[in-house]
Amino acid sequence: MFLINCPFCGERDQSEFSSGGEAHIVRPKQPTELSDDEWAEYLFMRKNIKGIQFERWNHVHGCRKWFNVVRDTSNDKILSVYKMGEKPPVNYK
Amino acid sequence: MPNYRIHKTEYIDETKRVSFKYDGKTYFGYEGDTLASALLANGIHLVGRSFKYHRPRGIVSCGAEEPNAICQIGSKKDLTEPNVRATELELYEGLEASSQNCWPNVKFDIGGINNFISPLIPAGFYYKTFMWPKSFWKKVYEPLIRLSAGLGKSPTGPDPDIYDHKYVHYDVLVIGGGVSGIIAAKMAAKNNLKTLLVDDKKILGGSTIYQNNESIKIDDKLSSEWLKNEIQEIKKLSNLTIKTRTSIAAYHGYNFLLAKENLTDHLPEEKKKNKIRQRLWKIRAKKVIIATGSIERPLVFNNNDRPGILLSNSINKYLDYYGVTCGENIILFTNNDSAYETSISLHKKGIKNIIVDLRKSASSELIKQAESLGIKIYFNHVVTNTFGYRKINSLEIMKLSEDGNTTIGNKIILSCDCLGMSGGWTPMVHMHTQSGGKLDFRDEDQVFLPKENSEDQISVGSCNGDFDLENIIDKTVNKINKFLEIDNQDYQDTNIICSKENDKRNIWLLPNKIPLGKTKCFIDFQNDSTAKDIKLALKEGFRSIEHVKRYTTTGMATDQGKLSNMHALGIIADTAGVKMGTLGTTTFRPPFTPLTFGTLVGRNVGKFFEVVRKTSMHEWHVENNAEFENVGQWKRPWYYPKNGENMHDAVQRESKSARDSAGILDASTLGKIDIQGTDASEFLNRVYTNAWSKLAIGKCRYGLMLNEDGMVYDDGVTTRISENHYLMTTTTGGAANVLSKLEDYLQTEWPELDVYLTSVTDHYSTASICGPNSKKILNKLFPNLDLSDENFPHMSFKEDKLKNINCRIMRISFTGELSYEINIESKYGHSLWKMCIEAGKEFNLTPYGTETMHLLRAEKGFIIVGQDTDGTMTPSDLQMDWIVSKKKYDFIGKRSLYRSDTVREDRKQLVGLLTDDPKEVLEEGAQIVSDVKSKPIDMLGHVTSSYFSPNLNKSIALAVVRSGKTMKGQKLIIPMENKNINVTVSDTIFLDKENKRLNA
Repeated sequence: MFLINCPFCGERDQSEFSSGGEAHIVRPKQPTELSDDEWAEYLFMRKNIKGIQFERWNHVHGCRKWFNVVRDTSNDKILSVYKMGEKPPVNYK
Repeated sequence: MPNYRIHKTEYIDETKRVSFKYDGKTYFGYEGDTLASALLANGIHLVGRSFKYHRPRGIVSCGAEEPNAICQIGSKKDLTEPNVRATELELYEGLEASSQNCWPNVKFDIGGINNFISPLIPAGFYYKTFMWPKSFWKKVYEPLIRLSAGLGKSPTGPDPDIYDHKYVHYDVLVIGGGVSGIIAAKMAAKNNLKTLLVDDKKILGGSTIYQNNESIKIDDKLSSEWLKNEIQEIKKLSNLTIKTRTSIAAYHGYNFLLAKENLTDHLPEEKKKNKIRQRLWKIRAKKVIIATGSIERPLVFNNNDRPGILLSNSINKYLDYYGVTCGENIILFTNNDSAYETSISLHKKGIKNIIVDLRKSASSELIKQAESLGIKIYFNHVVTNTFGYRKINSLEIMKLSEDGNTTIGNKIILSCDCLGMSGGWTPMVHMHTQSGGKLDFRDEDQVFLPKENSEDQISVGSCNGDFDLENIIDKTVNKINKFLEIDNQDYQDTNIICSKENDKRNIWLLPNKIPLGKTKCFIDFQNDSTAKDIKLALKEGFRSIEHVKRYTTTGMATDQGKLSNMHALGIIADTAGVKMGTLGTTTFRPPFTPLTFGTLVGRNVGKFFEVVRKTSMHEWHVENNAEFENVGQWKRPWYYPKNGENMHDAVQRESKSARDSAGILDASTLGKIDIQGTDASEFLNRVYTNAWSKLAIGKCRYGLMLNEDGMVYDDGVTTRISENHYLMTTTTGGAANVLSKLEDYLQTEWPELDVYLTSVTDHYSTASICGPNSKKILNKLFPNLDLSDENFPHMSFKEDKLKNINCRIMRISFTGELSYEINIESKYGHSLWKMCIEAGKEFNLTPYGTETMHLLRAEKGFIIVGQDTDGTMTPSDLQMDWIVSKKKYDFIGKRSLYRSDTVREDRKQLVGLLTDDPKEVLEEGAQIVSDVKSKPIDMLGHVTSSYFSPNLNKSIALAVVRSGKTMKGQKLIIPMENKNINVTVSDTIFLDKENKRLNA
């Protein structure tokens, strides 16, 4: 059971959050310009990394804010937490 | 009656005699006893029959690892508890226990015949035998297996006990109150860290607390005396919490642990009443110190399972802690020094004993002590067989060959009434591995040890493979100082004298002259798997330890192989010729010892089992006989049976009356999201498929929301309340997810939009009145409101007061009838409803539930998201192309609507179905085909909604059918179990295609 440091509320139990999958996938500004393959790339393709992964979480039973998390999926350690719109920490690549 | 209680100890209160019943007979023990120690004091070893062969079995251990002494407690149908370990159950006045898995009784058990046919029931017997014929499975095999499976009996009544949950946070959690745990807890707490120390026993001290050997001393005192002082000291520490009778069940990530505290299991029945029985502690600790100790290993030899054969150290504990001797003529069979402590202790209490030692020789202090006491030791000998049916009475030993692979020389028969075995020690690494820790293998004494890889968890003491007292204390102190980053000097000058073990010899499967196939060398006592079974599994090609475990069921009983796993691994490694360390282990899964369901659910039983949401009108529905349907967490009226109506009749009546005169629905559960901000219109444009910018203030519009993959996600009516203020409604079940999804887009994709979302579902109650007389009812409620079609047309919104309370009134329709929805602040919901009912009396205003609502919607071909859609339906599949804006540049899901897959013409599409026999009602979910003769039958789709329409006087259905849009008028077949139903594809709208009724 993770302990997640919500950037707005502080450390809370995982049960207050919901996971939103991979982070930093930007919705295309002009979807109509995209080919089926390009759209499918955005829509369906997700990395499934063993190791350091950037992902989105929502403090759904708290402040309702979405934010980003850097997590090592091999040991579940959360390495960093940052707000939406902020650049991912450079030390994790 | 024999009395094996041979001396007084401070842990047994001989002034407090306790009577208890075992298998119907009354016995006596004392306060401080466990059921096991009390039975042993009465000379009872035989406590059960083994699982598969029904062999007589006795108490083996004195703790959580016990495989045999598991019993049924109590006989009341709601309080009886199966599979309780007698070694852990504290004795109390009036305790009733009985043995399990035997019939008619433990001394004479009919299943014992399995022992003689055992060559016929090898490993994998069930897998191999009950394969065929297929028809035998249901009628013969399954009932047979069910009869012979399982150990105890489950209670059959609801559990009347109270259970509790508690959340706690600590700087440091110490698991285990033995010598290393006590030292760790003291060091942490003295350093101002908020510390919790838990131990599963009644008192702290582990196995050191009854240690009384003169050769093991700390600061010139017996180690037990020294430890008692330490315990007194830590009890004074203010920031240390000590929880005894508390065992850790699970160690999850981020140092989140579950512990079970036993509060009343040791009390007589009258004292248990109205008290919390067990408490589940949910612990978050910054740092966790694991000091769970180790358990003694049995040895694997022929007939090593007879009653009277125990672990050597358990014999020691029964003697020195409980004052009970397990026999009067004891043999100890060992491969290490610890049995010598037992031997010396027995000797000092006058119990005759001899030692059989696998090792060629040994030379520690303990061994010298035993030798000087004149205790007979057979070095380099092995037990090759034991005798005695209900209890051991003698055994056979032989000399070991040089390499230890065979026996040599003559058999020696030794008589005894008890055998202690000691195969070395297994560190309890369960907690470490449950937390995600890895293990290392130490060849020297064949143990798996925690591999340190974490800054917030550490193992100390014998669970870390440190076995002698000097090692334990020195290493614990050093490790804790480092781990907690402190500099504690308390143990700097502690002077420890202890015996050091110099010689080791480990043989997993002991040699025997008899071929293995004819021996019974048990590995897992509880599941009756033997060394032969393991070897058979290997011979049959199983290699992975996980497979061998499942095939032979080794380690899969309620003790989870605490005594057996290492031997299984060792024998696999030896047989396969690989190094044991490279095999890995099976997974250590929580819980460490079984938990009651009561503990897990705590107070969340009965009406607290699940959160229930009720509308303000709920009480009225209850008073008016509503049957309820669960929609998400909501309780929604399903239908309101009158005068003993069944569901069908009630729904027919409600539906008819809603269209003929007036019906009223509690629509409070629909999700309501308040949307405000200067970009609210733009936001709606982006989330719905249709256009919103031109919606006038005071108007309402139906919207369809898609997922980005183009599939219908939710629907509902949204009202423009003012320039920058909308009220969106969602489906009842989808409300929370829609809000999350909208927040997601707002916060992450479109942060530039000035839009604020607030869930107001619970803030308003909604009564929806429909039917040709609804306008008249509204007029009675709101006499000053102009209800004319010109002033208040369909899809518009007004505000008015009911008495002096503000109401939002929307003229929108769920059902295709002229309808009004009245929204009022929730606290007035009940009053609103009653006023509506009152006003509607003269018009036969009929309350209707969700079933009628679905029927009315189906008549109109209005979809129910989640019933007629399933996450694979596009608007076009639903024949709702009209709601998808062609002009809008973008909205959620737009691009997906012309992916190659979504434009396929042979997608499943929503159609209407009319049965050839208008009385025949289809089953929802039924498959649809065009031809029943061709094989395999081509499945075209399925029925999504189906009702008998009282307004049309015929059966109607909605269905999704491959290429359905082009099939109007075509005949299809619904094959049912005993007939085929003929149907014709129709339009989805069955009633009032021209929508005249909306303005009736």
